[in-house]
Amino acid sequence: MRLHRLLLLLFPAAFRAEYGAELLRDLAARHREREGLARAALLVHDVPELLLDAIAAQWDVLTQDLRQARRSLRRQPGFCAAVVTVAALGIGANTAVFSALDRTLLRPLPYPEPDRLVRLFEREPGYGRLETSPANYRDWKAQVGSFTSIAAHHTQWVNLVGRGEPQRLAATATEAALFPMLGVEPLLGRLIDAADDVVGAPGVLLLSHALWVREFGADPAAIGAQVRLDDEPFTIVGVLPPAFSYPTRDTPLWVPLRLGTGGSFDDRENHYLWTLARLRPGVSHEQAQAEMDVIAARLAAAYPEPMARKGVSVRALADEVPVQARQLLLGLAAAAGLVLLVACANLANLLLARTLSRVRELSVRAALGAGRERLLRQILAESLLLAACGGLGGLALAAALLPVAASLVPTLLPVPAPVALDLRVLALGAGLTLVTGLGFGVLPALRLGARPDLRTLRETSQTSRGSSRAGVRQALVVAEVGAAVALMFAGGLLHAALQRVEAVDPGFEARGTLALQTPPPFPRYAEVGRREALYASVLDDVRARPGVTAAGYGSFLPMTMRGGVWPVREAGGAAQDGERPTALLRLVTPGFLEALGVPLQRGRTIAREDVREAQAVAVVSESFALRHWPGQDPLGRSFAIAFSEPVVVGVVGDVRVRGLERESEPQVYLSSAQVADGSLVFYVPKELLIRFEGNPAALATAARAAVHRADPDLPIAEVRGLDDIVAADSGQRRLQAQMIAAFGALAVLLAAVGLHGLLAFTVTQRLPEFGLRRALGASSCQLLQLVLGDGLRLAMLGCVVGALLGWGASRVLESLLFGVPPSEPTVALVAFAVGIGMTLAGSLGPALRALRADPLLVLRAD
Amino acid sequence: MTIERDAAALLPLPEVTFHVLVALADGERHGYAILQDVEARTDGAVRLSAGTLYRAIHRMLEQGLVVESDDRPARSEDDERRRYYRITVLGAAAVRAESARLSRLVELARAKGLAPRRS
Repeated sequence: MRLHRLLLLLFPAAFRAEYGAELLRDLAARHREREGLARAALLVHDVPELLLDAIAAQWDVLTQDLRQARRSLRRQPGFCAAVVTVAALGIGANTAVFSALDRTLLRPLPYPEPDRLVRLFEREPGYGRLETSPANYRDWKAQVGSFTSIAAHHTQWVNLVGRGEPQRLAATATEAALFPMLGVEPLLGRLIDAADDVVGAPGVLLLSHALWVREFGADPAAIGAQVRLDDEPFTIVGVLPPAFSYPTRDTPLWVPLRLGTGGSFDDRENHYLWTLARLRPGVSHEQAQAEMDVIAARLAAAYPEPMARKGVSVRALADEVPVQARQLLLGLAAAAGLVLLVACANLANLLLARTLSRVRELSVRAALGAGRERLLRQILAESLLLAACGGLGGLALAAALLPVAASLVPTLLPVPAPVALDLRVLALGAGLTLVTGLGFGVLPALRLGARPDLRTLRETSQTSRGSSRAGVRQALVVAEVGAAVALMFAGGLLHAALQRVEAVDPGFEARGTLALQTPPPFPRYAEVGRREALYASVLDDVRARPGVTAAGYGSFLPMTMRGGVWPVREAGGAAQDGERPTALLRLVTPGFLEALGVPLQRGRTIAREDVREAQAVAVVSESFALRHWPGQDPLGRSFAIAFSEPVVVGVVGDVRVRGLERESEPQVYLSSAQVADGSLVFYVPKELLIRFEGNPAALATAARAAVHRADPDLPIAEVRGLDDIVAADSGQRRLQAQMIAAFGALAVLLAAVGLHGLLAFTVTQRLPEFGLRRALGASSCQLLQLVLGDGLRLAMLGCVVGALLGWGASRVLESLLFGVPPSEPTVALVAFAVGIGMTLAGSLGPALRALRADPLLVLRAD
Repeated sequence: MTIERDAAALLPLPEVTFHVLVALADGERHGYAILQDVEARTDGAVRLSAGTLYRAIHRMLEQGLVVESDDRPARSEDDERRRYYRITVLGAAAVRAESARLSRLVELARAKGLAPRRS
């Protein structure tokens, strides 16, 4: 029977007290009826039965407690709504942000042994990471021993003609070794193998999961289907799994790289290959770097002209997350963390206030004989119920916010998009609110339960001001105000930085433009003459449209393609610090620079006469002219760039090709009609840029029609204005500023609620005192001072804490601030003003209540 | 009328409740006697565990189907430490309502030949 007695302990205490003895007696009676083996068998039978009964009895009590909790909470819908909302906001915001953050910064890359994956770059003075040339790559591969495998790849635009309309896609051309190195298995079909990766083999390609779904309706029969890429036949041999994101998240298809074509092996300056390698076991990054240094020195000795100052850098693939993206996410995570802090402080305050306001009720019930366990169970059930509702609300909010958070993960990273909520973070947030709920809802009740006597009853009718619990509540409010002010502060700085970035002159006129990406397919348009005829036909058609003021074709639009750098030779100007002069190269047709709206400073732009038979010409940017011919007239000067020796015919303003936040190299524009057939294929003009006045939608339709009249097979990939491109350039920054501002507003709201709660509570407690003061002749002004003074003192303290926090955060965020000083006075003033305003708003209600304190009523109540 | 309405609100009765109420129909009993009675009347087919019984009794006390009895049997038969339970008017009404409900269901089945004929 001892075992039974032990099992009985698993039942709820109340049940045990009521029925325990009876139950044991019944069990004993049954045992007495049996003998020997039968009695032993009964014992075996009793144990699981008692266990199950204990669980069932606990469940009975729990459901009863929850029912009672629901009834009790229903009486205070305002309180419940506040608690659930606060908890949901804190949990939801954090879960969404951390789900995005985790993928990008915390979790290892989704490949086997990701810390052994490295990228190799060339470097030279002025450039830390430069893609390599096929010739150098071939030599690296032949000489290096630090890697178990190495693969080159690059991204090239192709026209895919498959089932639907022709499409323009950024395909990755790669060596076959890439796939085994990343440990990927095809979802369907097979991978590209070594036999595919030789010149002359039949064309094969792998589809991304997304493209397979979008273009082929997830049809397994897509394997083996024929498509055309740039007019050449390719067979689809495989589909990769959805999570595969190398080299970027939105890579649509992979084709064999097939190095070894043409004479490009002589040119060590044709930088376009990316190199991924896997370190041999036991070889460290430093050892690999040392070996590559030796190889670079060998190449420099063998080919002094281009290679003399070039080195190689070995970089961990995991470090490829750009610093800015990292800081954007970290900033958001910190903001979300602060919101959770404010939420928890607020919860604590709400629960504490509720428990304290129930002291009398609880004491009465305790005095009437309700067991301490009973009271505790009830408060526990209420806390659980609230936390569960808050958790559910947080889950819903996080699900709604996830797409926004996911858009913060740059698509250019080799990681998949966060598609699922991070349940660990959700559990953490819910756990934290639960702990808060228990800590501030149950602990005070526990202390109360320890002394359910008359003293408590008496005490509650007196003011609790100055007690330790009031101190806790004041500290909580200070923390809330501080966190809110810090968030406003950081948000304000980021907003100021955003404004500063947006005020940067991009160097062109973004408004009133429309750009269509319509690359002429190869090999049909391999000849320059055919291309120029196509451009002329489209442009003549477009320029005839009403409202069109300029139109032209160019290689790339600013801020979409940031590379395309070539060395400049035989130009004037002394070499600076051993740096070789470089420039961003663009091929343009007549009309492109006018459509772009760059200011013409001297001479002329590219014109119709600049054909292949005529003298090669170039239009250069202001900084190019200054760099090479300072203080002289650049017009008529010549230089050499990219197989051409043009004469400068015009100078235009500089364009921020690399985005608003970065200086860019000087720019050189060549006439697209003056390049040789098969040369500079990467730079073939493909962006049709139109400057116009009027309705963009009508113009877009007309421009599409013009393109298709010239050649119905031309793909049209993207239609957008330059203003969209400029906006997208600061899009992440704007999103971050908006999210932090939203978090800040949330924190301010929560802090105001928290302050209001505290003051309302103390005012209620002090109503007798106010009444007495009134009776003794205190003026309204004096009473207001009493209440507002309390609030303002806490708010000032909070503002100081917040300013310190915000200042610290802005030091961390410095690289995001675009030169805005962390001590920016306007931002600090606004943050303080919001803090004080919030305090006044939160204090107003309680202050008015204090004013209405009726001395008679109060005196009568006591 | 109110008793019947209250009883109807409790339908359908859990099987344990039904058995306990039937066991108490003859007079008050203590827990162990209820267990034995149920087992005997069902030829051992229904064998309640003590825990199940007291959970049911707790619920039935709250619902007012049974009460703890102060009337004790003659001193010689009485085990003083035992608690005795008695069926209430509401309890009796609930058993009647539940029996009527069940027999209506059986009638329905019988009309289709799905239940044994009345012997």
